[in-house]
Amino acid sequence: MKDTVIEVKNLVKKYKKANTPAVDGISFNVKRGEFFALLGPNGAGKTTTISILTTILSKTEGVVKIANYDIEKEADKIRKSIGIIFQNPSLDLNLTAEENIRFHALIYGLYPFRPSFSLMSEEYRREVIKLAEIIGIKNDITKPVKTFSGGMKRKLEIVRSLIHKPKVLFLDEPTSGLDPASRKNLWKYLQDIRKKYKTTIFLTTHYLEEAEDADRVLIIDQGKIVTLGTPAKIKKDLIDSSIILNAKDKAALRSELDAMKLDYEGHGPFKIKLNGKNAQEIIKSIKSDLTYLDINNPKLEDAYLKLIAKGNK
Amino acid sequence: MIHQITAIFTIAQRDFTKLLRDRARILATFIFPFLFIGILGTSLESNLPPDIGYSFKVFVFTGVLAQTLFQSTASGIISLIEDRENDFSQEIFVSPISRYSIIIGKILGETMVSMTQGLGIIAFGLLIGVPLSLEKLILMFPAGLMACLFGGAFGILVLSNLKSQRAANQIFPFIIFPQFFLAGVFNPIKSLPPLLHILSRAMPMTYAVDLMRGVYYANSPEKNLIVLHSISWNTLVISVVFMIFLLLGTALFINNEKNK
Repeated sequence: MKDTVIEVKNLVKKYKKANTPAVDGISFNVKRGEFFALLGPNGAGKTTTISILTTILSKTEGVVKIANYDIEKEADKIRKSIGIIFQNPSLDLNLTAEENIRFHALIYGLYPFRPSFSLMSEEYRREVIKLAEIIGIKNDITKPVKTFSGGMKRKLEIVRSLIHKPKVLFLDEPTSGLDPASRKNLWKYLQDIRKKYKTTIFLTTHYLEEAEDADRVLIIDQGKIVTLGTPAKIKKDLIDSSIILNAKDKAALRSELDAMKLDYEGHGPFKIKLNGKNAQEIIKSIKSDLTYLDINNPKLEDAYLKLIAKGNK
Repeated sequence: MIHQITAIFTIAQRDFTKLLRDRARILATFIFPFLFIGILGTSLESNLPPDIGYSFKVFVFTGVLAQTLFQSTASGIISLIEDRENDFSQEIFVSPISRYSIIIGKILGETMVSMTQGLGIIAFGLLIGVPLSLEKLILMFPAGLMACLFGGAFGILVLSNLKSQRAANQIFPFIIFPQFFLAGVFNPIKSLPPLLHILSRAMPMTYAVDLMRGVYYANSPEKNLIVLHSISWNTLVISVVFMIFLLLGTALFINNEKNK
């Protein structure tokens, strides 16, 4: 278990006033350095799960260990080992960017208390300037955060959460509320951070393209696990890749497909299920003149939608 | 331990920094004390028979000073709810510091904020001719500090039972305004009918106000007409109730935060 950084066994959370549990007996492990995505529709139990893992909310039942510390007995040690980006921004908008970072650094006990930036240790000042450069706010560091754009605020939160060098970085729908351009930009930044610091990332999201890059994806719905695996495996399990072909001489193409014993549907265009076969091989061996060719490689989104639809039946 | 102290200072400093940035709030906090002392105190003094034996203006001044320190710290603590709604509290609550450090830091910060307001009230008192010697001011300082800390602990207890800023805005006046009158901020409460007497002595603010007056009127002929209890009795009551409010309030607050 040395490589396991998050361990969750039969986790249950039932809110006081709720009739059904928000999280209903889920178990999973996250490995050190892994990029792990928790996916699910609204109300699936994602935020509840992440709140329990980050010690903000107490569980009803089950075992949770982070970096080998028990969530009930060693919450303080866990808090030191994790960084969190919340769904709702948790910056103090009346403070400057630097003051927000300093607040964090001080309550994490990284530096001795000094009442102003210029009195803080040189090491701290150097670190802050370096961080400000990374996110491109070097000239805005003394401005109140309320003057920042949504994307800037998110980046500031991410650098802030990294200064105590957490073993696991939790991100609860970090890009919600951002426009597509800032979302993309932030995402690239996060990937860079990950490469640089080799931090374990635990992400919840309902933007599927964000989970597509994850090492493993856990899909939950109505508090229960729907599936867990690599994005490739989930895709493979759920939707077969296919190619779509058409030719002028549809009858000839059809007899070729029949001869190759392929599984297809349609009367031209033909949708051919690959069932693990190589698309290129198939295309190479076809003699008919093709008028249309499309390789349908399903996105995780298709798999996800299919799963959720199945769950709701 | 050093880490906890650092955290307490950091949280306290944040509250003070926020006060300095919020000029509207600074102005707003002075309006009521000025109205109470300047208009209520002065007009009552001018119209009451001169044989009541003491200056009503000074009486109201000492009362409002203690009341402002107590109430301002209490309502400042309730800003933890505002933080929760802005989600800044998450940043504090996931940090590796004791929950008591969070609350103590918050009380300390709001105490600094209230003491700053107290300075404004004292300046106003000097302006309208309230007799204040340097010696008296030095002695009033610890009494003021106790009023703040006590108000802070009271705030925690109130906060731990409130769910939202809206609830706080609606409920806070109901628990603070009766105390104005029962604690005798602007009305003498030396002799009261039995029911009011019990209620008055059950109000936390009564002891903060009486302690301030006990210090101000020490060794003066008016003392017996105004002051209810001895300084040591007030100090004892405040210290004991402070501890109860602080421990109970913090325990309830943490419990409510985690066990949703």
